[in-house]
Amino acid sequence: MTDTVAAALARVRGPAAPVRHNARTIAALTGNPDCRRRAVLDAAGVDKTALAQYVGHPARYGQSPFAIIRGHAFEARVKADGYAALRALVAAKLPGADVAGPAVDLGDGGADNAARYARTRAVLGGDEVALADHPLLRLSVAGQHVYLEPDLVACRVAGRLHVVEVKSFPVLDGRADPAKVAAAAVQAAVYVLGLRELRAAGGADPDAVATDALLVCPRDFGHEPTVAVLDLRRQVAVLRRQLRRLARVADLLADLPADFTVDLGGEGGAPARPPGAVAAALARLAARYTPDCLAACELAYHCRAEAAGSTAALGPAVREELGGVPDVAAVLAYADGAPPADPTQAEAAAVLRRAARLRAEALAGAAVWEC
Amino acid sequence: MLSALARAQAAATGVAQPLTTVGHLHAAAAPLVCVPLALAGETLAPLAALVGTDRAAPRLLVVPQPRNRDLRFAFAAALAAEVLPYLDARRGATEDVPADRGRQVRVRYLDAPQVWVPNPGGVEFVRLLGRSLRFRRTDGEHPVPAAVPRLGCWLTFLADRAELPGSALLVAATAALGAHWATGQSAVEDAHLPALLAWIDPPEGRTGAGAAAAAEDPAVTPPAGPATDPAFDRDVLAPLVAAYDRGAPDAPGRLAAALRGQLTPAWDAVWRAYDLLAALPPGATVAARWGQDRDAFTGYAAHLDEGGLPQPRHDSAVAAAARLHRLERAAATYALQRAYDDPLVLADHRLAGEAFRGEVVLADPTRVDDSGRRPVLRPRITVRSADPLHLAPGTALCAPGRPKQRATLVSVEGRDAVLELRGGMGRGRTPEAGSVPEVGEVVTYTTLTDAFAPAPAFPAPEDTPWTHGGPPADPAGGDPRGGAEVPGDPPAGAPPEPVPAG
Ligand code: SF4
Repeated sequence: MTDTVAAALARVRGPAAPVRHNARTIAALTGNPDCRRRAVLDAAGVDKTALAQYVGHPARYGQSPFAIIRGHAFEARVKADGYAALRALVAAKLPGADVAGPAVDLGDGGADNAARYARTRAVLGGDEVALADHPLLRLSVAGQHVYLEPDLVACRVAGRLHVVEVKSFPVLDGRADPAKVAAAAVQAAVYVLGLRELRAAGGADPDAVATDALLVCPRDFGHEPTVAVLDLRRQVAVLRRQLRRLARVADLLADLPADFTVDLGGEGGAPARPPGAVAAALARLAARYTPDCLAACELAYHCRAEAAGSTAALGPAVREELGGVPDVAAVLAYADGAPPADPTQAEAAAVLRRAARLRAEALAGAAVWEC
Repeated sequence: MLSALARAQAAATGVAQPLTTVGHLHAAAAPLVCVPLALAGETLAPLAALVGTDRAAPRLLVVPQPRNRDLRFAFAAALAAEVLPYLDARRGATEDVPADRGRQVRVRYLDAPQVWVPNPGGVEFVRLLGRSLRFRRTDGEHPVPAAVPRLGCWLTFLADRAELPGSALLVAATAALGAHWATGQSAVEDAHLPALLAWIDPPEGRTGAGAAAAAEDPAVTPPAGPATDPAFDRDVLAPLVAAYDRGAPDAPGRLAAALRGQLTPAWDAVWRAYDLLAALPPGATVAARWGQDRDAFTGYAAHLDEGGLPQPRHDSAVAAAARLHRLERAAATYALQRAYDDPLVLADHRLAGEAFRGEVVLADPTRVDDSGRRPVLRPRITVRSADPLHLAPGTALCAPGRPKQRATLVSVEGRDAVLELRGGMGRGRTPEAGSVPEVGEVVTYTTLTDAFAPAPAFPAPEDTPWTHGGPPADPAGGDPRGGAEVPGDPPAGAPPEPVPAG
C-alpha cells in the first residue's frame, strides 16, 4: 500500500478508527464486485452501519441473542477439553490423521494487528502445533491489505493445513440448507486464501494449505457435532479471480476530488456534517444496487432509495427481461410506443410494445374467451 | 417477460398489477390458518403459533421456554388438538371416481384440508416439525401421546405435497399472491408478506409503494415468521424467557401477550391473502387439480387408518427418481393448464413465440388423407396471424378450446399458417359440428402439450442396481416400507387428469 493511497483512504474515512473485515464482508464484496461505492468504503474501513443510519436509511439486520448464545454454546462444546470433540471428528473424517499435537489460541490479548499477525505467522509457519484457534489473517483486497479475524481453527494434518469452520446450522438427515453450506464454503475459501498469503509472506509453501475444508455442524435436532468435508477448489478459484478483478482502489480514488470524504464531521463523537451533504458525497461513488444487497450490505436501504425508478431495483432477472432498459419510465414509454431514445434499445422497445399490446388485449378480453 | 412488464407498470403506478385473469389456486371453503414462530438459532424450536379456522378466534400456542423438550412436546400435543380434528372433519361424504379406464371405481372424499401459512418459511416449519414428530414413540423412555406422531405424519404429508406444482393442500400466502400479482418491488422484497400485501391491497388513501415501505419496519409490522425480529428477541423475548425461568408469576401471561402481538398482524395478513385469492374467479382446471389433492388426502388417510408407517427419512434412489419425475410432470401439466385457463398466461407464450392467435381464413373440414392403408379424416385450416410465426413445419400444436385435438404445422407463408388436424372430431367420416374451426373463427394454437414422455420403468426398490446404492437396507431406522411411494400420489406412470374442454 503506498502512503498516498493509505492517506487518501484515511481521509475518506475521517478520524474514526477503521472497522475490521471478516470473511463475510469479503465474501459479500466479491458478491457485488462492480460496486465502486462498496469497494472504496470497505477499503477505507468506513463504518457503513453508522453511515447508513446517519443518512436516514439504517440497515435492518441484526442477530438474535438466542442465535448468538446457541452458536457460542455449540462452539464451546466442540472445543471443550482441549478440543477433544474436534480432534475426534477430524480424525474420523481424514483417515490417518494424527491431531494429537498441541493446540494454541491466537485470539487472546489486546495485541495490535501487526503483532498478532506476526505471531500467527510464526505458529502456522512451523509444524509443532496441530490446532491453531482464532488466527489473524491478512488478505489483499483491491490492492489493500485487510486483516481478517476469522472464526476458524487451522488444523494440521499430515503436513497440510486444513480450515475447520464451526457453524451452528444443522445437518438434518444428512442434508444441510444448501444456501448456508454455500455461504460457509465461500467464507472458508476466503480463509484458505488468507492462510496461503500468510504462508507465502513467511516464505513457507502456500500450497500446504488444503482446499479441503472441514465443516462442523450440529446433527439433526440435537447438539451433537457432525463433520463434512467441503471441496473448495472451485470457490477458491472463483474468489481469486473475483479479487483480481476488483478494480484497484487507487484507480477509484483517482476519480474523486482531492478533499473527498464521507466523514460525518464534528468532534468527540457528535457528528456535525449535514446528512444531506454526506449523502451527496456518497452519490459520487457509483453504486450498483441489486436486491441481493439487502442481505449483504449495510448501505442497502440507502442505495435502494437512490435506485428508485430503475429497473435494477426490480431485480437483475426483471431488468434483463425488460431488455436491459435502465429506467422504469423508459420501459413504459416504449411499451406505449415511444421511439427509442437510444438506437441500441430499438429491439427492446419493439418487444415491449408488443408485450404491452398482448397484455392489454388479454386483460380487456378476459371476459370473452373464445376458442 | 409479461410479468417483468407488469412489475414495471406496478412500480410506475404504485399499485400491484394482475398477472392472471382467473385464480389458479383452489380456495377451500374452510381453510386452517397457522402462523408459526420459531426460536432463532435452533434447528427447530417452536416458540408460538396462532392457529385455527375462525379468523376472529385464533388459538394461541406458546412455548415459554423453547429449549425445554417437555414444553416442546406439550406444544406439539396442543397443535395436534387443533389440526387433527380439522383433518378428520374433512373426511365426510365421498364420491366415486372411475379409475383404470372405467374398469374400477375409486372413492374419494368430497373435501380435503387446506392449510395456509404466511410464506415458504412456514412450509419449511411444517416439514421440520413433521420430521421431528413422526418417529416419536408412544412407549419407551420419552413416551408421547399417539396424536403427536400422527400429527408428524400429516405435517410431512402436507409439506411433501406442497412441493407438487399446482397442489393446494398447504399454501404459502406469499407464493400464492406472487403467482397472481406483480408488485413494483423485487422478488426479494415480495418474500415479506406484509409488504407484498401492501402493494396488492394498500390501505385507504395510500399507494402500495408507500404502504410497503412502512410495512418493512419490523418495529411497526412484525415479520410474518417463522423467524422473529432480532430486536424483539433482544428487547422483549429474552428478558421474558429469563423471567419465566426465574419463575416470575406474571411471566407466562406477559410472554403470551408479547407473542400474540408479534403474530396477530401476520394472522390477519394470511386471511387477507386468502380473501384476495378466493375472490378471483377460478380457472377451468382448478377443480380438477383439487380433485387430485382430494385423492391424495383420501389415500393418505387410508394409509394411516391401516396403521401405515411414517414416511421414511430418506427416499431410496428409485423413490427419489420417481418422485422427481412426478414433480416434473406436475410442473409441465400445471404450466399447460394455466395457459389454457388464462389468456393472460397464454399471452406470455405468444410473446415467446410458443403460441399464436389468428383468424381462420381457409378451412377444408372434410379433407381425407388416403395416402396410407386406409383413408383418414385430416382437415386442414389456414390461420392468418399478426403474431410472428417462427415455428418449424412439423411442430405439434394444441388449441386451448379443443384439448383432444392435435394439430401439426404443415407450412408457414408470411402471416399464414397451414395446420392439419387430427382427433377430437367424433367417429364419423365427417367431423362433428363445431369440432373443426370455421372460417372467420379466432383461434389460438400453442406448442404446449400434455402429451408427456411416459415415465421410465423404475425398478422396484428391492431391485435397485448397485450403481444407485442397491436395495434400501434400512432406510428409516427399521421402516420395512423403505422408499415406497407416498400413498395417495398417483403411480408414476399414470396419465395426468385430462384437461376439461372449456
Ligand atoms: S448496497 Fe450499495 S454500496 Fe452496498 S453493495 Fe449494494 S450498491 Fe454497493
